[in-house]
Amino acid sequence: MNIPPVNISSILPAAVLSIVGIAVMVAEPFVDRSKKTLLGWLALAGVMAAMLAIYPMSENRGQWYSNLWIVDDYNIFFHVIFLLIAGITILTSLDFLEREEINHPEFYSLLLFATAGMLMMSGANELIMVFIGLEVLSIATYVLAGFRRTDLKSNESALKYFLLGSFSSAFFLYGVALVFGATGSTNLIEIAEALRSSSLQITLVYLAAALMLIALCFKVAVAPFHIWTPDVYEGAPTPVTGFMSVGPKAAGFAVFIRVFMTAFPQIQDRWISIIWMVAALTMILGNVIAVSQTNIKRMLAYSSIAHAGYIAVAFASGSRRGVSAALFYMLAYALTNLGAFAVVTILSRSEDKLTNISDYAGLAAKRPGLAALLTIFLLSLAGIPGTAGFSGKFFIFRSSVESGLLSLTVIGVITTVVSFYYYLYIVVQMYMREPGEEFSDLRVPASLKIALLIAAIGTLYLGLLPTRVLDWSTTAALTALR
Amino acid sequence: MVPTHYYLILGAALFTIGVIGVLTRRNIMIILMSIELMMNAVNINLMAFSDRLQQVTGQVFAIFVITVAAAEAAVGLGIVIAMFKNKETMNINEIDLMKW
Repeated sequence: MNIPPVNISSILPAAVLSIVGIAVMVAEPFVDRSKKTLLGWLALAGVMAAMLAIYPMSENRGQWYSNLWIVDDYNIFFHVIFLLIAGITILTSLDFLEREEINHPEFYSLLLFATAGMLMMSGANELIMVFIGLEVLSIATYVLAGFRRTDLKSNESALKYFLLGSFSSAFFLYGVALVFGATGSTNLIEIAEALRSSSLQITLVYLAAALMLIALCFKVAVAPFHIWTPDVYEGAPTPVTGFMSVGPKAAGFAVFIRVFMTAFPQIQDRWISIIWMVAALTMILGNVIAVSQTNIKRMLAYSSIAHAGYIAVAFASGSRRGVSAALFYMLAYALTNLGAFAVVTILSRSEDKLTNISDYAGLAAKRPGLAALLTIFLLSLAGIPGTAGFSGKFFIFRSSVESGLLSLTVIGVITTVVSFYYYLYIVVQMYMREPGEEFSDLRVPASLKIALLIAAIGTLYLGLLPTRVLDWSTTAALTALR
Repeated sequence: MVPTHYYLILGAALFTIGVIGVLTRRNIMIILMSIELMMNAVNINLMAFSDRLQQVTGQVFAIFVITVAAAEAAVGLGIVIAMFKNKETMNINEIDLMKW
């Protein structure tokens, strides 16, 4: 019996996050009640250390741990996205937890574990690994959604997320079991090889792929599996909503693209048409329902559904360009949306007061800086030229036109125009209405300033100089499409 | 020796019962139990395939599924208890603060 070689540096970022997460939990009882925020900064240091650990990881390309784990550009690109998300979320939460009097450092541990789960998902080369990553992420996020224990809305959010999340996990598992039965392997590359030889029960593979597709559609919240999203996002604490709207979604797509592009390219003509329909439906439903929302968290939830639809368009084009556009869009969307949620976090009060869109009336007169930042983020979400959202949408629609998906592109462009209405409505509220609220007692602590700065610089950088990141995402897409 | 497809039919039947349970029952605990039933139906499938293909991967996977399901159940019960402290109900229809 030979034991596979152990290579710690190939999993270093996830290992660092897990160890720091445990350290935060262990240190928690020994830290004075008034100094709990220090542990948040420790968690942030852990994220930064994990960011540095990407470098030794990138020097260990290839498959490790009995081919469970793969290090390639695709994985590294997602590591950067996920760690950025984790870092910005911690910066947003530091002041929020103190203000809401839920300053339990377990929050940071859970956030780090969730991020470690996402890292496992992006590097998974084996369905077992995908499942474990998915569950590590999901279980930590269920708790984060219900972190405001005394608030019934937060409880409800966690419960709905938990029930539907584990329901969809069961579907995923059933799909994995059937794939294992049909092909005799859970390794993505071996599954693809088995599919190339014709002597297997292809019906079983179709059924398995369908079950996995349903489960992953649940996780990334695309229509018709999006019903849970608005409720869960509205009830969760605001920084967690920001995290959930970008992190698990990007991780879900990472797995989605990796599993379907690596393991099921032989039956691509079957699943690509389903993705087509899902993308069209998601863009229409997400954008149209977002128009009628009055709560900004709920509106951003529907907008996040719509953005998942755009990523699905890139995925439906099934080409290298498409995957590269999807990767770029996920980075752009993550930075923009986290920025928007950081502003919402600053403006909201305890128990989620002041999260209605009408509360934003006249914000520009009182707090011009915050209003300008929120405007940048909203314009980027809408896709105005010069922002990250525009470059992302441009690359996506270019790839879909190249793949001949003209009607899907038309739907995408029309729904983007619809989305201008609800994004710009907030801008109109902020700049052209009389102030109804006093915003004078708002304080913007340093941590949130840093978060806003990173998000704003990222949004503008990706909007004005996208080529460098695009080249990188193209290299990453190349490794995903072997 | 029992043929493999008997096990697969059993697994499919249990999975379907679980799905119907989640969709139709209104008691949170019964929904949780139905989800557990779905996970264990998958385990039966994994074991049956593992035996048929003479590969140990399926059994290893089943152990992982059991472990994860236990963690998930613990978190799920915790969430239910936290909610029960604020609102004493087990009926999923009464948990409707947020709609549309």
